[in-house]
Amino acid sequence: MALQVSDLRVHYRTVRGDVRALDGVTFALADGEITGLAGESGSGKTTLGKSLVRLDGRMRHVGGRVELDGRELPIGDSARMDRFRFHEVSVIPQYAMSALNPTRRIGTMVRELLRSRGIGHRAVRPELERRLRLVGLAPEVLDRYPIELSGGMKQRVVMVLSTLLDPALLVADEVTSALDVSTQRAVAEALVEFRDRGYVRSMIVVTHDLSLVYQIADSIMVMYGGRLAEKAPADALVTAPRHPYTRRLLAALPEPGVRHEDKRLAGIPGGPPELLDPPAGCRFRARCPLADDRCAEQPPFTEVAPAHFVACWKAG
Amino acid sequence: MLELDSVSKVFPRGAFGRSGVTAVRDVSFAVRPGEVVSLIGESGSGKSTIGRMVLRLASVTRGRITFDGADIAGLTRTRQLREYHRRVQGVFQDPFSSCNPVFPADRVLDAVRRGYFPDVGAAEWRDRVDAALEVVRLDPAQVRGRYPHQLSGGQLQRLLIARALLLDIRLLVADEVISMLDASTRIDVLNLLADLRARGLGILFVTHDLALGNYVSDTTVILRRGRVVETGATATVFADPLHPYTRRLLASVPRLRRRWSDLPDEPAGARPCPYHERYPRGAAAGPPLLAVADDHHVGCFADDGKPC
Repeated sequence: MALQVSDLRVHYRTVRGDVRALDGVTFALADGEITGLAGESGSGKTTLGKSLVRLDGRMRHVGGRVELDGRELPIGDSARMDRFRFHEVSVIPQYAMSALNPTRRIGTMVRELLRSRGIGHRAVRPELERRLRLVGLAPEVLDRYPIELSGGMKQRVVMVLSTLLDPALLVADEVTSALDVSTQRAVAEALVEFRDRGYVRSMIVVTHDLSLVYQIADSIMVMYGGRLAEKAPADALVTAPRHPYTRRLLAALPEPGVRHEDKRLAGIPGGPPELLDPPAGCRFRARCPLADDRCAEQPPFTEVAPAHFVACWKAG
Repeated sequence: MLELDSVSKVFPRGAFGRSGVTAVRDVSFAVRPGEVVSLIGESGSGKSTIGRMVLRLASVTRGRITFDGADIAGLTRTRQLREYHRRVQGVFQDPFSSCNPVFPADRVLDAVRRGYFPDVGAAEWRDRVDAALEVVRLDPAQVRGRYPHQLSGGQLQRLLIARALLLDIRLLVADEVISMLDASTRIDVLNLLADLRARGLGILFVTHDLALGNYVSDTTVILRRGRVVETGATATVFADPLHPYTRRLLASVPRLRRRWSDLPDEPAGARPCPYHERYPRGAAAGPPLLAVADDHHVGCFADDGKPC
């Protein structure tokens, strides 16, 4: 088991109180597994991805543990996490394309990054060039400024950089959402290629786009209101979803070929719960067509079929 | 109702604008009452520029855009333009940046009254607002006096559509109206567009997402680098895409229950571009579009010698 996350709780401090963005998340990730982490805005998916690599200033580790290859990650302690970052756990942040310093040549930035981590630039340069070529970039991009590259090219540069030291875990947050469909496909397929070549052992692909993540993921996790609603092998999640939220979400997605006249799709009425003071019990209860009194009690995240976990009383 | 006839847009570039960038080139299509036309393209295809020209937010460099037969470039007086905007309105991608965050969101509705209906009394105006909100399925109590951050993206987007409906509009330009919305609410906005179409409104639906375009539209126009690559009845274009670019685009769209790896890669040149077969020298040589069937046209974006 590469990654084991147990009852992880991360809150945001605000003047009005704690926002429970992650409120008890438990899952495991196998060696070589690519899992998609899907959810709507405010579901906590980005917070979960960030928590495994770097908590930002407003985030507070309230409870739970994260283990990577049997060692606990000190996620609440930024200084101690430094040993793991980039070497063991790495992230391609949301808006990675704008994360590049516009006044520096890309090669200069890479040298500075490596130096700050105590790694000799010379030693990794051949591997860096090899991997740039692998994603279809000429090593000459290192002499260019970020503004000279397209969005897809920048995204691939960041991807190569983040994985240069062969981390055990990569968190890729919305890496394809700002790209055109054809570029999107190339970047998504490069992620799989990196896993297949062992540049990254396991991967969490954070996205709002279920159809995109279905293309590349072995398993998919669906998040709702700071908790996991469902985790299952990708095909099982898409063809036989168990959680009412997953079902309604999938039913709301127009696919090419579905036309309004033939089949009118329906959204999910209502909105996500307030995480500042979330209601007790199942977080989806207020919008769920199946909800009854029992749902006032929080359903456990249990395995209902091999590798298929659901947090719903009705899913048994 | 709305007609574009060989419309081009050149943005000046360089010192004194001596060189230009052609963002839109020889684009022609029409929007009829009760019709949804999807304008689909990747970034830089010129789709938003076309929407902006229709709304008179950008000028037309060459060609004509007519609304009910009158060239909209001729609407130069403030009063004429105001009349035009009573009929033609736009809704854009980010609903939050369409509203001033320090005022309640429904202030955009009052602005319509101040600008267009100063003579309507308060009580009647309230009724009209309620009626418009009902069409977009918003509860007036839910939105009155609320600030933009208190509403969801989908609610705010529907409020902005209600704003357009307060005017007696006949054409709505919807530019990426759902790309910022969550999956569980975006379908409501799409269904709303379909309902408005049923009421006889013409809609120009600008999007980069082929699946969404297919769900709601009657006619599809696929753009690439400012040119129309393929156009026709939506069902035809999606069932039988003829231009290699359209086929590549459709194959790259991620779908549920069908992986990219399940599709055999189409070998390059397996099905050549019908436009090039007829006009071997490409877009520089022939007319903008080649009719392959009654309601199915193919164009080309490649200049001399380049493959498409």
